[in-house]
Amino acid sequence: MFNLLSQLLVVSLMNLTTLPQRLAASGVAIVGVAGVVGVFVAVLSMAAGFERTMMSALSDDVAIVMRSGSTAELNSGLGYDQTQLIADAPGVLRSDGRALTSAELFVIVDIPKRATNTDANVPLRGVQPTAFAIRDNINIIEGRNFEPGRHELIVGKGARLQFANLDVGSTVTFGQIDWQVVGIFEAGGGIAESELWCDVRVLQPAYRRGNTFQSVRVKLSDEASLPAFRQALASNPQLDVDIKLEAEYSAEQSEPLSDFIRFLGYPLALLMSLGAVFGAINTMYASVSTRTREIATLRALGFGAFPVAVSTLIESLVLALIGGVLGSVVVYILFNGYTVSTINGASFSQVVFDFAVTGELLRQGVVVAILIGLIGGLFPAVRAARLPVAEALRET
Amino acid sequence: MTYLYFIWRNLLRKKIRTLLTLLSITVAFILYAALGTLNYAFNMGVDLAGADRLITIHKTSLIEQLPYSYVNKVKSVDGVASVTHASWFGAYYQDPKNQFPQFPVVADEYFAMYDTVVLPQEQLQAWKQNRLGAVIGTGLVDMFGWKLGDRIPLQGLYGRKEGGRVWEFVIEGIYDVKEGEVADTRTLFFHYDYFDEARSFGNGTVGWLILRVDDPAVANQVALEIDALFANSAAETKTSTEKVFMESFAKQFGDIGAITGAILAAVFFTMLLIAGNTMAQSVRERIGEIAVMKTIGFSDLSVLLMVLAESLALALCGGLIGLGLAWLFIGAVAGNLQAFLPGFAMPVGVVFSGLGLALGLGVLTGMFPAWQGMRLSIIGALGRR
Repeated sequence: MFNLLSQLLVVSLMNLTTLPQRLAASGVAIVGVAGVVGVFVAVLSMAAGFERTMMSALSDDVAIVMRSGSTAELNSGLGYDQTQLIADAPGVLRSDGRALTSAELFVIVDIPKRATNTDANVPLRGVQPTAFAIRDNINIIEGRNFEPGRHELIVGKGARLQFANLDVGSTVTFGQIDWQVVGIFEAGGGIAESELWCDVRVLQPAYRRGNTFQSVRVKLSDEASLPAFRQALASNPQLDVDIKLEAEYSAEQSEPLSDFIRFLGYPLALLMSLGAVFGAINTMYASVSTRTREIATLRALGFGAFPVAVSTLIESLVLALIGGVLGSVVVYILFNGYTVSTINGASFSQVVFDFAVTGELLRQGVVVAILIGLIGGLFPAVRAARLPVAEALRET
Repeated sequence: MTYLYFIWRNLLRKKIRTLLTLLSITVAFILYAALGTLNYAFNMGVDLAGADRLITIHKTSLIEQLPYSYVNKVKSVDGVASVTHASWFGAYYQDPKNQFPQFPVVADEYFAMYDTVVLPQEQLQAWKQNRLGAVIGTGLVDMFGWKLGDRIPLQGLYGRKEGGRVWEFVIEGIYDVKEGEVADTRTLFFHYDYFDEARSFGNGTVGWLILRVDDPAVANQVALEIDALFANSAAETKTSTEKVFMESFAKQFGDIGAITGAILAAVFFTMLLIAGNTMAQSVRERIGEIAVMKTIGFSDLSVLLMVLAESLALALCGGLIGLGLAWLFIGAVAGNLQAFLPGFAMPVGVVFSGLGLALGLGVLTGMFPAWQGMRLSIIGALGRR
């Protein structure tokens, strides 16, 4: 046993120390694996970042009410009377006799992206003052909140980063009206950070929406009161609405883009891994064939077939691991926290999010590298073990 | 013939290596095709845009409506040849997931404006006579299997004055892309008059204006004039050529499109590096043999061509298989991506550029070893043994 282990150690060390002699071929294998792992991690970190933005800062006791059949707030519409009926329904949390509901208007304004200076669909949300009690994670991090009745905006911190001219003190013009940016807010990393907010009462006339809204956010008295609330709205003939928990709605909104990244990302990662496996196998075969005489000499000296095979496998694993770590580190440095924005088809508006290169993704990346190394080394290892000693020694 | 046999035997010398190289090239080209398709899908629409058409939208955002009166005001601007309008209807069929564009339009005007599609004359007449009539593109026929005469209920974004939000249309025509043109065929068109009368809100407005100018050279001038006409009004406008409009919309995908593209490009070149290295290596191993061949009288040129032909054969085979598989693969996932990226289908251009790249790869990887083989000094090479 000890003999086997020491043989293994000697052969593996010999292999690895001669690696620099096969620099070109080994380098190609490393770059191949690094490329695959890097891409794998990068694509998935994009999906992870997007999902984190869409799905964080949601509470289980906040529901969103829209006209029935609406796929997004943009498609919905509710009259003032309806929003009042919703506020009066049982199951809604009340404080100081006031229902914690916020009737909101969601419109889109064209603001240029900082990076490209081309117009982007930026979401502008008009809210009622209660909105801040319903979403308790909203914090003004710069400036102040808007004053009701004035054309003032507060800007999510993601939106401020991505879109031009949204710093505190700047003026933006939508149509005929100048809006003053008075504050920047954060919202626990959630989707609201991509939005601009203002008083719904000034947004309605500015957009000639009369006294209509698009959605009502409702703070439920507790999670268990949803059925009662749902029942009350369903039985009211004046209302024709859908009720969704915030998390449910957000999941629906993120689905198309997440699906897009997933349906594209995973098959691509698989394909790339295949390519890298082929590359690794080729490299290892080449490595075995350039070491033919060396291996045959070792065998002639009495080294077993098993240590020779395993050492080949180890070489392949080491190359793959170097590649895997290299790829992960490069992606981490380049992409982690990198802020991007794209249009989310479901809401027809921009979502700002960060790439999230999580520990879990890095772990998965290294696992992929190990798999590539193992599969890539397997057949060459078998060949190394089976090398006919006498013939190989004669080979020039 | 002898040469072909020779090349064939050389390729089979190390079957596994040849196979693996072929497979990596295949994978690289599958990725290439995916990349090209993706890029095309993100920029979809830009190709469909005509140079002499302008689009006028509300300055604040595409989702805001313009007063109907703008149609006639724009018509009277100098340099404008014709004007029509369209609006966003935003309905779905049966399930909210079945989204596709529907535009209420003025039949004659719209189809005259977009002459890249053809609608049979008798169908156009039938459509015009049916108030509830609609026409669909062949793309929608593929999606839902609709045919002439079908009654299609759609769940609308707009309510109807008479109550409810179900709008029923009768398919009166099916349009198709005119030969040699590129156009979208997934849109349903119906009558604006009917729409405006029946909808419960937003009456008297249109979504955007489409106009044709007398001369593309004055397009920018006309655009400025139109926007100046409505400056400081309640609904200011933004007019641009259709191409600019489409491009700026494509840019909204922004980073996602660019990043996915960059990533795929990185991978493609990694794969090529791997494949190219192996191919060059396999030739280097045969230096001695090549020397022998030259000794027995093969000319420099024939050695060069033979080595080159080998790498070309490998690259082209791999490229072709890769593009073919990509075509199958893209067909399979297109359905899943419909919601986010309509128009996800492999464009012909990608096939040709892919083949060009395969050719380039073959030449690039084969050229250096082939050159070496040709310049090989027999004495030197044989001496190395």
